[in-house]
Amino acid sequence: MLGGTEIGRVRGLGAAKAGVHHWWQQRVTAVANLALVVWFIASLARLPNYDYGTVTEWLRQPIVAVPMLLFIVSVFWHLRLGLQVLIEDYVSGGARVAALVALNFFAIAGAAVGVLCVLKIALG
Amino acid sequence: MATRARPLSPHLGIWRWRVHMLVSILHRITGDGLAIGGALLLLWWLVAAATGSDAYAGFLAIASSWLGHVILVGLTWAVFQHMLSGLRHLAMDTGWGYGLATSRLTAILTILGSLALTGLVWALILYI
Repeated sequence: MLGGTEIGRVRGLGAAKAGVHHWWQQRVTAVANLALVVWFIASLARLPNYDYGTVTEWLRQPIVAVPMLLFIVSVFWHLRLGLQVLIEDYVSGGARVAALVALNFFAIAGAAVGVLCVLKIALG
Repeated sequence: MATRARPLSPHLGIWRWRVHMLVSILHRITGDGLAIGGALLLLWWLVAAATGSDAYAGFLAIASSWLGHVILVGLTWAVFQHMLSGLRHLAMDTGWGYGLATSRLTAILTILGSLALTGLVWALILYI
């Protein structure tokens, strides 16, 4: 970090760019999760049973499908940020890069699957 | 990456055990457990519901077994432990709650709260 141009040395001083963004997004999605997870658990607990007809009829309502979609996006966003911290703490070198790429694939693909399932039930 | 050994901190072995340490590591364990196990279970449930009644029956048979119940109760507790510990983090982000007595009390409250909320939710599901 001692060599290079002056701007290069300044850039090498720390990661105070994406780090703040990560920190803030984690808090914002945490607050969103708080509301959406409480809604999700309270709604599930109030269902009379969990068979196929009850659950799909429940998910078919717009007032359920919309928060469910928001829940999926917020949860997968938040878990992507959280698992990133885990990887950065315990994995180093090339394995860290591979793990972070795999994490992004998992988070984005998982959210896509969840969103598609809710849309299929809600619109199908 | 490092060419020589760097000093490591914190030296976990030299500290006396405190409840704050338990809540701190539980926040990571529950968060990362939910991020993998909870997310996959959520997707399994949604895919089964979107696929059809046969696929959903397969999910429900496993979820309503005793092992399924153990996993679901565990995940419920993990959600509440992570949620309450996360609220503690949000409060501390504002600069509140760093005093020794306060941080110890809030750490204990996250544990008691998560157990109480898990019991409440499962009482609602199973008995009401």
